[in-house]
Amino acid sequence: MRIFVCIKVVPDPERASEITLDPQTKTVRREGIPLVINPMDKNALEAALQVRAQQGGEVTVVSMGPPSVEEVLRQSLALGADRVALLCDRCLAGADTLATARTLAAGIEKLGGADLVFCGAESADGGTAQVGPQVAALLGMAHAVYATAFSLRDGIAEVTVKTEDGEKVLQGGLPLLVTVSREINQPRGIRFSEIVKARKKPFNVFTAADLSLAETCIGEQGSPTRIAGIADAKMERRGEILEGEPEEAVAKLMTILRREGAI
Amino acid sequence: MIDFRFTEEQDMLRTAAREFAEEVIAPLVPQMEETDEMPEEILRGLGERDFLALGIAEEYGGVNLGHVAKMITIEEVSRVSVAVGMMLQVMHLGIEPIVAFGSPEQKKKYLPKLASGEHFATVGVTEATGGSDPTGIETTARLEGDNYILNGRKVFITNAHVAHVAVVLAKTDEKEFSAFILSKDMPGFRAGRWEHKVGMKGCDTGELIMEDCVVPKENMIGKPGDGLKVCMKAISEVGRAGMAAVGLGLIKACLEASTKFANERILYGKPISRLQGVQFKVADMYLDYNAGMLLSYRAAAMKDRGERCDVEMAMAKYYVTEAAVKAAKLATEIHGGYGVMVEYATQRYLRDAAVLNPSAGTGDIQRIVMARAALS
Repeated sequence: MRIFVCIKVVPDPERASEITLDPQTKTVRREGIPLVINPMDKNALEAALQVRAQQGGEVTVVSMGPPSVEEVLRQSLALGADRVALLCDRCLAGADTLATARTLAAGIEKLGGADLVFCGAESADGGTAQVGPQVAALLGMAHAVYATAFSLRDGIAEVTVKTEDGEKVLQGGLPLLVTVSREINQPRGIRFSEIVKARKKPFNVFTAADLSLAETCIGEQGSPTRIAGIADAKMERRGEILEGEPEEAVAKLMTILRREGAI
Repeated sequence: MIDFRFTEEQDMLRTAAREFAEEVIAPLVPQMEETDEMPEEILRGLGERDFLALGIAEEYGGVNLGHVAKMITIEEVSRVSVAVGMMLQVMHLGIEPIVAFGSPEQKKKYLPKLASGEHFATVGVTEATGGSDPTGIETTARLEGDNYILNGRKVFITNAHVAHVAVVLAKTDEKEFSAFILSKDMPGFRAGRWEHKVGMKGCDTGELIMEDCVVPKENMIGKPGDGLKVCMKAISEVGRAGMAAVGLGLIKACLEASTKFANERILYGKPISRLQGVQFKVADMYLDYNAGMLLSYRAAAMKDRGERCDVEMAMAKYYVTEAAVKAAKLATEIHGGYGVMVEYATQRYLRDAAVLNPSAGTGDIQRIVMARAALS
């Protein structure tokens, strides 16, 4: 079983209050904020490790990022992944979700293709939830998003996914890409003995040339998305004093609550 | 050339230890404060995540990552719970004499289960008649055939009840001290009174009682008369390292709690972190953390290189534990009235800090070690 996990290294969401936006470049300022594995990607890795434990096979982590993410990505080896492929090249910078998906899909193909791909449903910084499905489309795979449960028996996967109304259960064969939500599992912690074992596991870096990707379809050049502007979302509490006698105030309050759909 | 950086692997170790502390230990701290007992899942987790395997060679089931690694993990655990950090550091202390002086047979018999966390360890030196002066102990070991018969009572022993294995100091003659590996399955060996301390709630402290305890001759570490060397080497270079790490974790916790509170608490129309009086307190803690860290990790790095480091460990233990007491006081002051309310952690830090001084040699004992080195 060839299992892949797409991982993004993001600024620590616990320190989200320290993240600012650069109005000139319209990008996130990440300086000084520690990097971590995107939390939902940890769930994706855990799901992959559980499948490997039942079905055997190899778990490969694939990630696009600058050299500075290497130390964080090595944690995935200590968590149990068999190898890591970092797709790292200056010309990959500035990629939108489509260019990112093209790069990740090329990385997966370069490493022999996948029977099963797990991704976090969304990243803690971008939060678009687009990359997983785009990778699936580029690889010609079926996909399921926001999975809360996954099982695989006799080559048939059963995936429970969250919907706006509740949840539904999907069944399908492989190859398959699944994006997972936090509820799917409790990611394991790092055992120190695995840190030692990780020393011997392969950590390979691939450039755009290694992936045979044309510069026009990757990085900023290959990204159709243009950010027109950025603005801070302001959250404010709104207060309203209801004047008059208690009965009158209560009547006004009831009218407001009905109008706002609270009752 | 001096390189003050941790390795990538040590950084990962810190991340892993911090995750365990925040995800597994932190939710159980209120329970420990309430019951003064150590939850089973924390002890199990320490074993499962290989916290106890750090100082043990791979051939005995360990991961052999060394003393800096142990210090990192104890610091991270203590940042969340000084009580767990203390128990963890004494588990390492109990393992150390077997690692450093044990015979291959003793290592093979005891280390694998101590590495996996199936068994826990401690050291028993202190008695009512002697702690700072270990030659004041009265526990005796009398040779009878192939066994020694031990009689005596150890006090203030961390892990007394949870430990399966204890390295115990006893007198094999009037002026001859020897160290033995005891296990709880030996007849006549048991834990006694459970001590309740002012702080470190949840940390197991109590008596070890030996009543005609039958210990096979082969459980002596080294030879008759080696006991003081075996126990004091472990206490002075591993126990003190552990206490320094516990203190570092506590100072870090005080600093983090103080900066968070000072940035959020508004007085005079601005956060109190803008008041110079508060800034001075934070600066003192910040300096002490960094100075203590440099002292402690330097000593641990020396130990990893196989160098003698008892004086460096004494400096680290003394400086950090004194600074931790100061940091807890400053953190409480920054919190004002809230600082002494049970809903805030600062009152716990204050109580925990009080327990740091006497453990693994009082502050005054450390000063004697330092003075001896300075005057020699």
